[in-house]
Amino acid sequence: MNLCSCVTCDNFSLWRFLLESLEDLDNSLKKLNSRLFVVRGQPTEVFPRLFKEWSVTRLTFEYDPEPYGKERDGAIIKMAQEFGVETVVRNSHTLYNLDRIIEMNNNNPPLTFKRFQTIVSRLELPRRPLTPVSQQQMNRCLGKISDNHDQLYSIPSLEELGFRTAGLPPAVWRGGESEALDRLSRYLDKNVWVANTRVKTCSLYASPTGLSPYLRFGCLSCRVLYYNLREIYMKLCKRSSPPLSLYGQLLWREFFYTAATNNPNFDRMEGNPICVQIPWDQNPEALAKWAEGRTGFPWIDAIMTQLRQEGWIHHRARHAVACFLTRGDLWISWESGMKVFEELLLDADWSVNAGSWMWLSCSAFFQQFFHCYCPVGFGRRTDPSGDYIRRYIPILKDFPNRYIYEPWNAPESLQKAANCVVGVDYPKPMINHAEGSRLNIERMKQVYQQLSHYRGLSLLASVPTIQEEAEPPMTDESQTSSGPDSPPRVLADIEAAVCLMAPDSSTSAPVPDQDNVSLHRLFQDHCTSSGQPSSPASSPPQSPAPRSKPGSPSSSCPSPSASPSSLPPRRKGVAHKGRRSQRRRERPSCPMATEEEEEEMMQEEVDEERMEEEETAAAQQ
Amino acid sequence: MKRGLQENEQEERGGPSGGYQKSIKWSTKQEEEEKELEEQGASWEFLPQEILLHIFQYLPLLDRAYASLVCRGWNQVFHMAELWRCFEFELNQPASSYLKATHPELIKQIIKKHSNHLQYVSFKVDSSRESAEAACDILSQLVNCSLKTLGLISTARPSFMEMPKSHFISALTVVFVNSKSLSSLKIDDTPVDDPSLKVLVANNSDTLKLLKMSSCPHVSPAGIMCVADQCHGLRELALNYHLLSDELLIALSSEKHVHLEHLRIDVVSENPGQQFHSIKKSSWDAMVRHSPKFNLVMYFYLYEEEFDPFFRDEIPVTHLYFGRSVSKDVLGRVGLTCPRLVELVVCANGLRPLDEELIRIAQRCTQLSAIGLGECEVSCSAFVEFVKMCGERLKQLSIMEEVLVPDHRYELDDIHWEVSKHLGRVWFPDMMPTW
Repeated sequence: MNLCSCVTCDNFSLWRFLLESLEDLDNSLKKLNSRLFVVRGQPTEVFPRLFKEWSVTRLTFEYDPEPYGKERDGAIIKMAQEFGVETVVRNSHTLYNLDRIIEMNNNNPPLTFKRFQTIVSRLELPRRPLTPVSQQQMNRCLGKISDNHDQLYSIPSLEELGFRTAGLPPAVWRGGESEALDRLSRYLDKNVWVANTRVKTCSLYASPTGLSPYLRFGCLSCRVLYYNLREIYMKLCKRSSPPLSLYGQLLWREFFYTAATNNPNFDRMEGNPICVQIPWDQNPEALAKWAEGRTGFPWIDAIMTQLRQEGWIHHRARHAVACFLTRGDLWISWESGMKVFEELLLDADWSVNAGSWMWLSCSAFFQQFFHCYCPVGFGRRTDPSGDYIRRYIPILKDFPNRYIYEPWNAPESLQKAANCVVGVDYPKPMINHAEGSRLNIERMKQVYQQLSHYRGLSLLASVPTIQEEAEPPMTDESQTSSGPDSPPRVLADIEAAVCLMAPDSSTSAPVPDQDNVSLHRLFQDHCTSSGQPSSPASSPPQSPAPRSKPGSPSSSCPSPSASPSSLPPRRKGVAHKGRRSQRRRERPSCPMATEEEEEEMMQEEVDEERMEEEETAAAQQ
Repeated sequence: MKRGLQENEQEERGGPSGGYQKSIKWSTKQEEEEKELEEQGASWEFLPQEILLHIFQYLPLLDRAYASLVCRGWNQVFHMAELWRCFEFELNQPASSYLKATHPELIKQIIKKHSNHLQYVSFKVDSSRESAEAACDILSQLVNCSLKTLGLISTARPSFMEMPKSHFISALTVVFVNSKSLSSLKIDDTPVDDPSLKVLVANNSDTLKLLKMSSCPHVSPAGIMCVADQCHGLRELALNYHLLSDELLIALSSEKHVHLEHLRIDVVSENPGQQFHSIKKSSWDAMVRHSPKFNLVMYFYLYEEEFDPFFRDEIPVTHLYFGRSVSKDVLGRVGLTCPRLVELVVCANGLRPLDEELIRIAQRCTQLSAIGLGECEVSCSAFVEFVKMCGERLKQLSIMEEVLVPDHRYELDDIHWEVSKHLGRVWFPDMMPTW
């Protein structure tokens, strides 16, 4: 389990859930006359000792598809080999073999959900879940339970982890497999299930049948859920094969796991080939207001309060707060939001968390950005009564429905009567939403207009301008002086080099000299970027994946004007044609993998879905 | 400087020995290559300057700078004017931006050696006031250059608005006075004012083609009139609604004036309950007569109750964006008054479905080719009908899945087939992850 190691007072829900899950597992094992052994320490340090102490011959564990886990497990497998211990790794955290999905998509993870569904529909069904462990199987276990087991291998307590448990609110989500299976059977209750599918209920409150945290922590097998859903569907709907939409949430999870599995930078903008580089603002104060539910927008604050108290929020609520933090209002990086969720959200699988944040901030997956959720209107639409607000922000409980989503607009007399004066008892809204979203839409347009393969894809970016006639595009790769992913020192080097070479340096013009380190560095960079004339800035040495990097929108992006036609005094017609064909050739240089890869991906999608074809065509215009 | 560099390099390779080894490896390889070339009778030294220049144009600045270290000839090419015509200054502070900034030394060098070459310049500025001020400091040093295009672009917050107006104005007027042939100027979200626009007009009226100044609160209708009256070559203009007047439209459609191609209007309410003036139909008619093909792009960020003066008469709007909730009533009027509509985006609407409104838009707006709906509701039947009426001319159809309300005729699962059929291509609603 890859929990963030920092223990803060806020993420106790997460740790509590994990510890409860372990206790539950221990209890289940007790019933089979066994126990759970919790060993403290780093695997690489602890395992060698255990291998000897327990005379281990075989080590089995679940395959972790995330880059961090793959690396960790790789090291463990290698170590086990050295000790002559056989390792057996089984895929069970995801339904499908993710590498197989990638392989079927021309060795790229599918980047649209539709495409993903298409591929999945061609795959054989996921493997069936195994039956629970039996007493018989356990009898063959040789491990002895010593008398001082609890002393040596007990599950840590919250106190031991540094939490003060006095006064902690009771858990809304109780960890453990037993609880997960109870929830599953409630969820699969015929009547509940039918009701849920018929009416698209949207309860913002923690549902007694919610399952996502249990999937994350391995309390519930995704295969068990999959086959149970399939079974009930076939029983009730009498159709032979259920539609993919039945597995909605499970497939989204799978989609993000696939997108992330080979991308160690999936959780950041820099160095992440699928992430659009957006000039987010850094504003710790505003971020804190958002994270602590002090934005002055009751809808946003209630959601963040629920998240902090319970560790779970509805997906519409996630959309609302994610949009507010990023492209909608505050223009703060999705990475900051992702980290807050990672700490507070029980079902924040690394891949799903990062992927969803990129999705919601329009940083990847070809999202339209024209629409920002309104922090007033969206709440009102979701819960017109405002009871959700009253539950999580009790100070606002006496506001009438009309004002509960915008208390600052209530007359002062009403605020006084409600015992809550905005600006005194509850914060004023931290931003003018209309103004903020106007600015942010413009910023997004700026970013997306520079991405040639998005051109025409987005509604707003297609609003025409005479720009090209009046000036050569400014976002010229050859002219941009920096990029977000240029390693800082390289830039400093080159800047210094520029100074060195100033022609009037009366002393001596720089003569290339083999000791000249920065020159030598240049060649190195060229080697690492496989000889392509791309900027060294765009091939970070630390990136293990053999992929071209995304640039900032301005640095490695479609550089129509990197073509000769960028030189201003030229015949226009020719220049334009040249530029256009150049663009066609260079079209996909941005946040995708390599040109070829994207070309293939696009091509493949064209074959599959004409929708993508339209996008491609539009992108070429 | 050189020594400093070497140290850096060494540190980064984890010690001097590693770096040394690599450099030896490289040099032998390089020597071999050179020998080979010499044997073939070719040498890089003899590459004509034009070819080198051509190659350099493909290289990012960083690579050009590295290449310029190779020899005097390459260094000369590095400094050729052709390579310094456009430049984008990126001004970011580490505390407020994740992106890198143009190095101050590089900026100094450009001002010193290349400012007379600069013609197409833009400044990308992060949310901090310091960055905006740095941009203005650079601007005010561009005394011996003649710019053709200038863009001041705030990438996060409108930071130019936070600096002293006088400082901004004096920097901007330096450019206006020295550049006699400015053709494109993007100064959205800045404190530009009437007197500075006068300076712009006095020096650049013959060449100005594009002026973008949305959300510039210090400009008055009189200020923009001065531009419209004098700059007859203006083809694209972006401003806020409060600067739009009948006189402005008449001036832009005068005989002396070239055809306008794009007019972008932001309709933003500065204070709640603001009253908006209306524009006469005759003024719009004059515009359309003069520039029959012009795009009128309008962005609305209004409260529902502020829409009263809008869409009462016919208006030649082509691109319409409603950034906030807009009522059924207003959308109904859009169908009646916007015959030139090409693109429509509705971010939000009340809780009642937009059925009749969409159908009316399909009937009346025969140019409509793109539509986006966010937090709205439409019944599946009405939506299918809408798509059927528009048919294949709908090039972009971006509808959130939640927008579509299943009814007696269509379930959500059916609708994508039905819509795809009428569009002649496969279509799906936009979806958000359930997570």
